[in-house]
Amino acid sequence: MAKQLTIDGKEITARDGATIIEAAHEAGIVIPHYCYHPKLSVAGNCRMCLIELEGRPKLEISCNTPVADDMVVHTNSPKVVEGRRGVLEFLLINHPLDCPICDQAGECGLQDYYMSYGLYTSRFQEEKVHGRKVVDFGPDVVFDSERCILCTRCVRFCDEVTHTNELGIFQRGDSAQIATFPGKQLDNPYAGNTVDICPVGALTSKDFRFKIRVWFLQETPSVCPGCARGCNVNVHHHDGRVHRLKPRRNDGVNDTWMCDTGRFGYKTLHENRLLQAAVRDEAGELAPASMQEALAHAADLLRDREPANIAVLAAPQGTNEDCYLLARLTSEMLPGCRVAVTTGEPGDEDDFLLRADRNPNTRGARDMGLPAPASPDELAQLATAIEAGSIQLLVAVDVDLETAFGAETFARLAAKLRGLIVQGSTKRPGSEAAHVLLPSAAYAERDGTFTNFQGRIQLINAAYAPPGAAQPAWRIYRRLANLLGADWHYPNHQAVWADIADTVPGYGVDYADIGEQGCLISSES
Amino acid sequence: MHKLTFWQRLYLPEILRGMLVTTRHFWVNVLRQRHTVTQQYPEKPTYVSERYRGRHRLTRKEDGSPRCTACMLCATSCPALCIHIVAAEHDDPTVEKHPASFTIDELRCVFCGLCVEACPCDAIRMDTGIFALAAEKRENFIYPRELLLGDGVPENIAEGKAPAH
Repeated sequence: MAKQLTIDGKEITARDGATIIEAAHEAGIVIPHYCYHPKLSVAGNCRMCLIELEGRPKLEISCNTPVADDMVVHTNSPKVVEGRRGVLEFLLINHPLDCPICDQAGECGLQDYYMSYGLYTSRFQEEKVHGRKVVDFGPDVVFDSERCILCTRCVRFCDEVTHTNELGIFQRGDSAQIATFPGKQLDNPYAGNTVDICPVGALTSKDFRFKIRVWFLQETPSVCPGCARGCNVNVHHHDGRVHRLKPRRNDGVNDTWMCDTGRFGYKTLHENRLLQAAVRDEAGELAPASMQEALAHAADLLRDREPANIAVLAAPQGTNEDCYLLARLTSEMLPGCRVAVTTGEPGDEDDFLLRADRNPNTRGARDMGLPAPASPDELAQLATAIEAGSIQLLVAVDVDLETAFGAETFARLAAKLRGLIVQGSTKRPGSEAAHVLLPSAAYAERDGTFTNFQGRIQLINAAYAPPGAAQPAWRIYRRLANLLGADWHYPNHQAVWADIADTVPGYGVDYADIGEQGCLISSES
Repeated sequence: MHKLTFWQRLYLPEILRGMLVTTRHFWVNVLRQRHTVTQQYPEKPTYVSERYRGRHRLTRKEDGSPRCTACMLCATSCPALCIHIVAAEHDDPTVEKHPASFTIDELRCVFCGLCVEACPCDAIRMDTGIFALAAEKRENFIYPRELLLGDGVPENIAEGKAPAH
């Protein structure tokens, strides 16, 4: 049964059992808080979310007060502001003034609320309690006990979300501090989330530590390409370089978490990038070429062979738009060519977020008309066909060829192939055997959609322009198809999506309607 | 145009009046050199006011290490984007953060002094009084940490010494 209450003069209907802070946040009224987290149990220890309830003599904490009918709540009355000021003063008593060297500065709850409510001159005359600094908690997490406000978010995360119980509060009073249990390290595969949920600078990430001040960073909402789940993330980047990924809330996919494998996946974004197109010249050397020359050369190679002698091997790394145009290119311009999809080596899987399939768009690639991932047998058949000479030209898209075929087999195949067109964002093992190299944009550099394993279509957004000559893959396919005689007009990725929405069953949604939370493939039609 | 008076048209009296000024300055310069307006720059160092914003320098703590904690507030406030800092972990956990590299592109710098205002540690100052920066290559205007700290100052920009013209 829903409850009717008034918050700051606004009539609100909240579900039964909701707390006041939840009802307020849903209604767009933000109540300051530290220990409350929507995906963790209620601790009620920071006392920052104080509100005034009419009819009650004292301020109440909104995170642990359930809504009731006819409640009248004030979240910003003078009494509440005074209360918060007092709470903040206590929290800051032993807090060091080391914002200049603290990585949290700029996104710190203490800084933000001090600017909103504090603004007092410290009355504390005694010596601050000094704690342990730069404590190594695990592979990625560093702890500073002086900065900690003991909100226990990290402790609750390890207890309730990962169930690994590495952290606890030890000792009492002003000696109380968070620590790992003896002999334990904060090394669970989701440990990076403790840094995200820490409202102050107590937990910092070794990977991100001191690299850049957060106020230089720009955020672009996107999707993690690390596995088939597609956790929603914000890409934090500056000057054409990604500095970290942070999970973005999506209750249908990843709640507010992401795994460390995905979190550090951004590092490969800037490694071994393919920045320039290249064509193998008469001397047999791979020489740099313009994109136009390379595409013309690729089109020549494709035109010179019967489609039956051409094979396309793709990894489902591309967006739906990329996959759709690749499927159209192969079926319309090269009818009869052999198309295979390889998902590469499966990784570890757990029962929380991480999936064994380390490709972001396996489901989408299939929906777009590419075949289901090939089994090892099918790949072996492809290798046999190349060795027998019935496949003379191979187009590799985002594929690690040495992993797909095995390094030795691939060396034999490369010698046998008359043409090898390699398209991808990075130099992968095997790409140096290419006759034509086509650089394409990595996921942080392109717009489009991924479909995760649940069938949720999710948007990825370009954070910055692709480096060098790299282009979004769909644009490469459009240009290639037009060189092969097609007449495709796709000015942008939305135009490709409009075609997908018209033709692919279940995908009939406007690009603008997909939204930040994505949308599930409709089962109608 | 102003018409010359009879007295001016006589020519010689005006010439003599002008020579009188010249002669007076001549004797003042010869006899009372301290009051001469002309400065013998670059042979003699010129006067620079205390508040003059000259070339930056990085200050040191009592133990000789740089005061800078690599908080990047100077780089943030810099309107010319000429300060580049690479922060790194310090061996001493009480210090925690220090600049592994600190460079100022003096050619981009507009000498506004906002970096000095922004610094919470008084680690950067513009009180060197050095205003004549000279180098033969653009790269030499990108001043590294050591130079800003005063270690190994090239001869042509050493403090108090005028550049060779």
